[in-house]
Amino acid sequence: MRRDGFALAGAGVVMMKELADNLSSVRMRLLELLVFVAGAGAVYGTLTEVRNIVSEDPFVFLRIFTTAKAPLPSFVAFLGFLIPIVAIALGFDSVNSEFSRRTMSRILSQPIYRDALLFGKFLAGLATLAVTLTALWLFVIGLGVLLLGLPPSGEEVLRAFAFLVAAVAYGGVWLALALLFSVVFRSAATAALAALSVWLLFAFFWSMLVSLAAPVIAPADPDDVMSLLHAANVTEALSRLSPNTLFAETALAALNPSTRALGAVLQSQLQGAISAPLPFAQSLALIWPQVTGLVAAAIGLFTVAYIAFQRQEVRA
Amino acid sequence: MSDPVIRAEALTKRYGPALAVDSLDLTVEAGEVFGLLGPNGAGKTTTILMLLGLTEPTSGRAVVAGFDPLRKPLEVKRRVGYMPDSVGFYDHLSGVANLRYGAALCGMRPAEADARIAAALKRVRLEEAGGKPVRAYSRGMRQRLAIAEILMKGAAVAILDEPTGGLDPQATREFLELIRSLKQEGMTILLSSHLLDLVQSACDRVALFHRGRIGLTGRVDDLLRDVLGGSQVIRVDARGPGLAAVIASVPGVARVTEAADGFRVEAGVDARAAVARAIVEAGGELMSIEAGHASLEEVYARYFEGVRDAA
Repeated sequence: MRRDGFALAGAGVVMMKELADNLSSVRMRLLELLVFVAGAGAVYGTLTEVRNIVSEDPFVFLRIFTTAKAPLPSFVAFLGFLIPIVAIALGFDSVNSEFSRRTMSRILSQPIYRDALLFGKFLAGLATLAVTLTALWLFVIGLGVLLLGLPPSGEEVLRAFAFLVAAVAYGGVWLALALLFSVVFRSAATAALAALSVWLLFAFFWSMLVSLAAPVIAPADPDDVMSLLHAANVTEALSRLSPNTLFAETALAALNPSTRALGAVLQSQLQGAISAPLPFAQSLALIWPQVTGLVAAAIGLFTVAYIAFQRQEVRA
Repeated sequence: MSDPVIRAEALTKRYGPALAVDSLDLTVEAGEVFGLLGPNGAGKTTTILMLLGLTEPTSGRAVVAGFDPLRKPLEVKRRVGYMPDSVGFYDHLSGVANLRYGAALCGMRPAEADARIAAALKRVRLEEAGGKPVRAYSRGMRQRLAIAEILMKGAAVAILDEPTGGLDPQATREFLELIRSLKQEGMTILLSSHLLDLVQSACDRVALFHRGRIGLTGRVDDLLRDVLGGSQVIRVDARGPGLAAVIASVPGVARVTEAADGFRVEAGVDARAAVARAIVEAGGELMSIEAGHASLEEVYARYFEGVRDAA
């Protein structure tokens, strides 16, 4: 059935309203505080380590992001952990709260399509994430300049920026998941719990599940090189189903220029290789599939949420 | 006569095997206050959602304000103001901010929106509360804010779902007064309610819903006369053995039903004096006797009782 009128008319209005709500909410204040304290703590801890290796590494500035100093994890690991929480907090009640506040049918009786509402909400969440992460990113770089006393090089900025883009895409996956659950579950508490259990699954249990499932799918025979390779590939493919793996690999390749490949490499492939950092363009080529995967996952989840929302009855 | 503002032809909505609305025909003329009356779950809200294009009918078609809500929902929604059952607003925002959001969704410029919002809030007597967050509003104020939104939109048609739901009698009276004044300004109003008696005074015409079908449509007075046959209703509060039979034997009495607070007597003439005398002579204790007003409630009960019996 063809309908007249632009499907996204009003999406900008919805987005601005939701963005204002997001940025002014107490929930967001708390999350920002959490993220900044955690980020600053991680960075401050690593700086003492990084100071000792300033002369050894041409990309020392990027070490701020990746170096871990026990007992604190690295900044990147912190983000891998916290971004999903922030994204879930932003999205878990975005649609079902319109029902529980009984504003849904009133808003949809304005001259807009449902599409505008969902797109506006998703884009507002993504914009909030992007603003928060960019602020945090600048904060960390500033902290690095102040405490290390040396500016990042142009390539380091580019690499760090690629990492920022990947971080937003990673947040987009979790935001889309939270949005999906907020469409499917009418109760915000259920949606939050469902989203958090998925997060738990990928953050803690996925690697265990993969190590259990991979030998079943592809048994490794120690005498057969091909079966070993096959097993390694299967393990890798399974673990890459997790957005956390994709994000960690992206961070590794973008922030550590000496990373030459992600995944299994044969001895023969390393023959004649010179141990030198990869140029930025090559690192970008390396992370391209990972980032594409993250974006695709976000779009896929959003599409499912979109279809579910379109089929939903408006009456509360 | 111009085209009707709302026209529905054989509108049907199925949820799985359940028939929510069953081939509904409906016309509402411009400037009319039309009441969709019936108990909860009779299909009133579903009908309204189909008229707004928020729910797709299984079959049948509708034209609202000159447009098909299925094909051109934006055109319909631009011209129709809707107040849902137990309307909600964003609690943390002020009344004005809530209306500004609505105005922006309608594509209004901020300056124009502010002027319209101020006028609309004044109209529903919320100009002082407009700056307060909606969480501080009473139920009646929220309902009035919803009306202000419809006024701000400049809608030609207002669709109000259970507009008096949850209001106290005083607020209900004020609200019905507001509806009447909107009608005088030329707005077409379609309202739904399960409180038949409350809204019968406000409606020009009503449609009585029963299980997804419209049983009766017409002017309230006509329905009262046609269904109740112009008979008088007397309410009798009396105690004593076998009084129902005693009352029924009074000449002119057509029907006696026993209710919790006494008897409900229908008679072709004013039989109060005769009924009173009969009760006293039979040794009953007569506490009170009064002429009741015929109401839509009775029309509804009587008509659908007949339908059930015939089925």
